[in-house]
Amino acid sequence: MIMDENTCGVVETQSLTCFNPPHELTLKSGQTLGPLTVAYETYGTLNTDKSNAILICHALTGDAHAAGFHEGDKKPGWWDTMVGPGKAIDTEKYFVICSNVLGGCKGTTGPASTNPKTGKPYGLSFPVITIKDMVQVQKTLIDYLGIPKLLNVIGGSMGGLQAMKWAVLYPEMVHSSVIIATSYRHSAQQIALHEVGRQAIMSDPDWADGDYYGKTVPKRGLAVARMIGHITYMSEKSMDEKFGRRLIDKEKVGYDFSADFEVQNYLKYRGDSFVERFDANSYLYLTKAVDYFDLPQDSGSLEKALEGVRSKFLVISFTSDWLYPSHQLRSFVTALKVNDHEVTNVVIKTDYGHDAFLIKNDRQELVVSHFLKRMQKEMNHER
Amino acid sequence: MSAKLRFDYQIIMDFIEPQSRVLDLGCGDGELLKLLIDQKKCKGIGIEIDEHSIYQCIEKGLTVSHADINEELAHYADQKFDYVILNESLQQVMSPEKTIEEALRVGKSVITGVPNFCFWKARLQIFFRGRVPKTQCLPYEWYNTPNVRFFSLKDFRLFCRKKNIKIINHAAFATDHRVRFFENLFSTAGIYLLQK
Repeated sequence: MIMDENTCGVVETQSLTCFNPPHELTLKSGQTLGPLTVAYETYGTLNTDKSNAILICHALTGDAHAAGFHEGDKKPGWWDTMVGPGKAIDTEKYFVICSNVLGGCKGTTGPASTNPKTGKPYGLSFPVITIKDMVQVQKTLIDYLGIPKLLNVIGGSMGGLQAMKWAVLYPEMVHSSVIIATSYRHSAQQIALHEVGRQAIMSDPDWADGDYYGKTVPKRGLAVARMIGHITYMSEKSMDEKFGRRLIDKEKVGYDFSADFEVQNYLKYRGDSFVERFDANSYLYLTKAVDYFDLPQDSGSLEKALEGVRSKFLVISFTSDWLYPSHQLRSFVTALKVNDHEVTNVVIKTDYGHDAFLIKNDRQELVVSHFLKRMQKEMNHER
Repeated sequence: MSAKLRFDYQIIMDFIEPQSRVLDLGCGDGELLKLLIDQKKCKGIGIEIDEHSIYQCIEKGLTVSHADINEELAHYADQKFDYVILNESLQQVMSPEKTIEEALRVGKSVITGVPNFCFWKARLQIFFRGRVPKTQCLPYEWYNTPNVRFFSLKDFRLFCRKKNIKIINHAAFATDHRVRFFENLFSTAGIYLLQK
């Protein structure tokens, strides 16, 4: 295990069981679901007045393991560059929580979990969930941890949607929000890209209408879905720099349909390693939840949707992110300003595309760390 | 904070009532905005297009938007701010006329600091050397200057008169002293407090 001094060390995923019948969770669709298991990790210590808690919301294929190392693991959590002692989300100052989302496959109840009523995996009998449902489950966890108000809710991509929803749904519980590389609603292009991924899964014969547990999993379909995803997470330039037109251990192209280019190998590797760690049905449910996200929908306009918000915002986007272009977040920032909400925004110049928020990024670290410091000072002042 | 306050900042600080709501357009590294918040207890936000400057602002704990001035102004309601500051940025916008009008719409007052392109040294350079002037206030070459609009203090006054913009107060200065006579000749820049 390689550990620098800024790591959270060895961490463990914990779990909470909630929404036990008859107190089931009422989903946005109207259906009910329970009991639910929520997998979560925490780093740092909750202070005595419980004013230093930060909730991290993960992206589409993330999990509760944001930082530190699981026993025996060589790789740290998915946001270890941002979370740890002395890092931007400083675990010496803040109590940091990250939970796996509802519908996920990393410990929180999702389509791969056993339905207690049937004793079998839910599969497609799992109800369709939304970002709001995910946030409601997170809120139950925060209540359970005894935190009356979060210092900050932070997330990128699908995590950013959750952070937005938190500020709208529980305004009295969110002092500040950091919204990264996301949008206030999915555009036709974004829905289309997700749809190709879903179609890849559903057209794999092994998918079997979602009833593949204990049988052959739809590896090919899920791998293709991941490949498409990966292309959208990178920029033209970052792909070009990483692979160019380099060939795989050969001098000339083969004039056949075996892999010629390095980028083909890379996508295959990404696809194949993904199927080992992710459930195909979860991919369907989570992409659908993201596509359904539409902040202005219930209020008529984005401005109206943000009226009751009390949080202060830091909004970050990236110049080369074509999956979530920065103009989408600019509209969000504008709507906050129209409502007189405090918002700082920055468009970070980078070639790393949508992935930029997950890759070590000094400027993202700088703005997040300064923003959090100021928010903590203000929140202490308010009390 | 630098030991000695920049002279233009001193003047702007004097123009602004304590506890005002301030919008600083083109706020740069945020030094002025920070002074207004710390010393004048203002509630201030900044707009800046340069990414590096935005980081300096955030390090100072300021609330800033990384955006273009003109696009940004359109989002604000009428008379939302007590003061809109356009310090050393008017000469860098493509349509100063529109920017000033918009600033006067969202601000009850506008404070604008403009360089004087007809400072005597600049005039001499044009006349005797036949060159586009380069001065302390205009340190750029013609091929790399961020300035796109060139005007004198006199031009600016005439513009205000033509547009029925009231000059409530003003201060012309050269480097670190006020200029009270032949302003258009002896000042490197001027600061104007404007109202509609």
